[in-house]
Amino acid sequence: MRRWNGRKNALFLLCAAAVVLCVVAVAGGLLGGQAMVTDFTRKNLAPCGRFLFGTDWMGRDMLSRTLTGLSLSIRIGLLTAGVSAVIALLLGVASAVCGGWVDGVISWCIDLVMGIPHILLVMLISLAFGKGFVGVVAGVALSHWPSLARVIRGEVLQLRGAVYVRTAEKLGVSRLTIARRHLLPHLLPQFLTGLVLQFPHAILHEASVTFLGFGLSPEQPAIGVILSESMSYLTTGKWWLAVFPGLSLVLVVVLFAAMGEQLRKLLDPASVHL
Amino acid sequence: MKHRLMFTGKKLIRMVLLLLGVSLAAFLLMSASPLDPLQTNVGQAALGTMSQEQIAKLEDYWGVNTPPVERYLGWLGDFIRGDMGTSLLYRQPVSTVIGQRLQSSLWLMAFAWVISGVLGLTLGVIAGARRGKLADKLIRGYCWLISSTPAFWLALVLLVIFSVWLGLFPIGLSVPIGADAASVTLSDRLYHAFLPALTLSITGVANIAMHTREKMADIMESDYVLFAKARGESTRSIVLRHGLRNVALPAITLQFASISEIFGGSVLVEQVFSYPGLGQAAVNAGLGSDLPLLLGITVVSAAIVFGGNLIADLLYGVVDPKIRRGVARK
Repeated sequence: MRRWNGRKNALFLLCAAAVVLCVVAVAGGLLGGQAMVTDFTRKNLAPCGRFLFGTDWMGRDMLSRTLTGLSLSIRIGLLTAGVSAVIALLLGVASAVCGGWVDGVISWCIDLVMGIPHILLVMLISLAFGKGFVGVVAGVALSHWPSLARVIRGEVLQLRGAVYVRTAEKLGVSRLTIARRHLLPHLLPQFLTGLVLQFPHAILHEASVTFLGFGLSPEQPAIGVILSESMSYLTTGKWWLAVFPGLSLVLVVVLFAAMGEQLRKLLDPASVHL
Repeated sequence: MKHRLMFTGKKLIRMVLLLLGVSLAAFLLMSASPLDPLQTNVGQAALGTMSQEQIAKLEDYWGVNTPPVERYLGWLGDFIRGDMGTSLLYRQPVSTVIGQRLQSSLWLMAFAWVISGVLGLTLGVIAGARRGKLADKLIRGYCWLISSTPAFWLALVLLVIFSVWLGLFPIGLSVPIGADAASVTLSDRLYHAFLPALTLSITGVANIAMHTREKMADIMESDYVLFAKARGESTRSIVLRHGLRNVALPAITLQFASISEIFGGSVLVEQVFSYPGLGQAAVNAGLGSDLPLLLGITVVSAAIVFGGNLIADLLYGVVDPKIRRGVARK
């Protein structure tokens, strides 16, 4: 039996975070019906034993609403982070491999997308797709790729100049084999870590854009909707409407960030000592 | 000197091209929108009671019938002559609306930008220099937590605590309600801008501190720091003489790159505090399909972001003689 070491610890934390997030996602999905139940005999209750997060002005249980919202957020986060990471991979590799004008055009696009303040860009794309679920997914997915694309481009450029890759080329190894044997093992960890670290941003931007009214529609149980509705009730002292849902969102984002951090430790052990 | 001018000129041309791209992209996105400006602004019920001529008039006003290419070229032509068009919602020239809004937003953003820059740099340097110690752990924990917190929720919590419970600060707006514009004093403005600016500063610090910390940690591992330690220099003098100088370049990049983020944060924070700034105007323009205004705001904010990058590039040369000569050699 070997000693409990840092790597095992990281793996454990990674799995624990993943399990908690899965539980939240599933629980939210199951509680979807209960989140919609209105009961005016129990409206505006402060947090208590039965309603841990309190109830709103229509007597809906805030805990189930929050969990449903988080579940939706997690699913949108997975979808958008996945799409934008794939875009980043394709563009980053194309930019580095093709070079020339392709590289020029892609770099220009990266600068362009990064030049528009992020939230404004998500708003614009969401408008172009007619807001709602499609709008927010397109907005977040199509605006998060530039930084990862830049990282991947740099990585591929560096790898192509590496001595062992150049030697393999001179030895007549086919391009496909070089890509598989020499490039992929270096790119995959970068890509996976980048992918997981996209989740927090994706979720936060989804919530923000929904909060501003460019995302999910008010009927949907999203955290952004809950928080923007709570704005009208805060001044009358109903603090729990905003505090608990937001805090849960922070918790979910922290868990995603922790997952990314642990994954980085596992895939890139040298970075632990920085 | 000639090379510096060439360098600046090239950067400026690139910036103008990028701005052109931004305006085109924003225009295309907006005109691709399936949302009908008449439906959103006039409402289904009101439209039903109107005659065909009235509807046609409104459609003309919101530019529904003009072909997109013609519309964009018309906008671009006017823009080059310095006319940004007329806001459809505010019924004022876009440049006037942006000018007014920018003025109140600028207070907020400048304050947050300076505070988050100075504080972020300080915290980052401390954390990097004392890596693994308690101070580092605390600063890292703070950054981690804050970067996972949505800015608008933080704004809501601060609003509940300071305005609702303690009653120390106003609930919203940038000036006292009902006050005459002439009677608004500087202290009134600062008082109203305090909570939004505080929110923006708190969130802005995290990113800058995290990245500065990484650079500082790299520097502390370098050979010249090892040599300085061997010579018996104290940590304090190492940080001041070797650390700060080498962290200056990345710090400049971070500081100017944070403009875009602060702008993004201000959109959210202004919405929470109903602070009449540029961000709030952008949200209203977006929700109300006010194409000229949203286009104007996008271009102006992108110009500010690109301008920040340009200044950072120019400052490199000022701060680091190596880069100055490197540019001259090309």
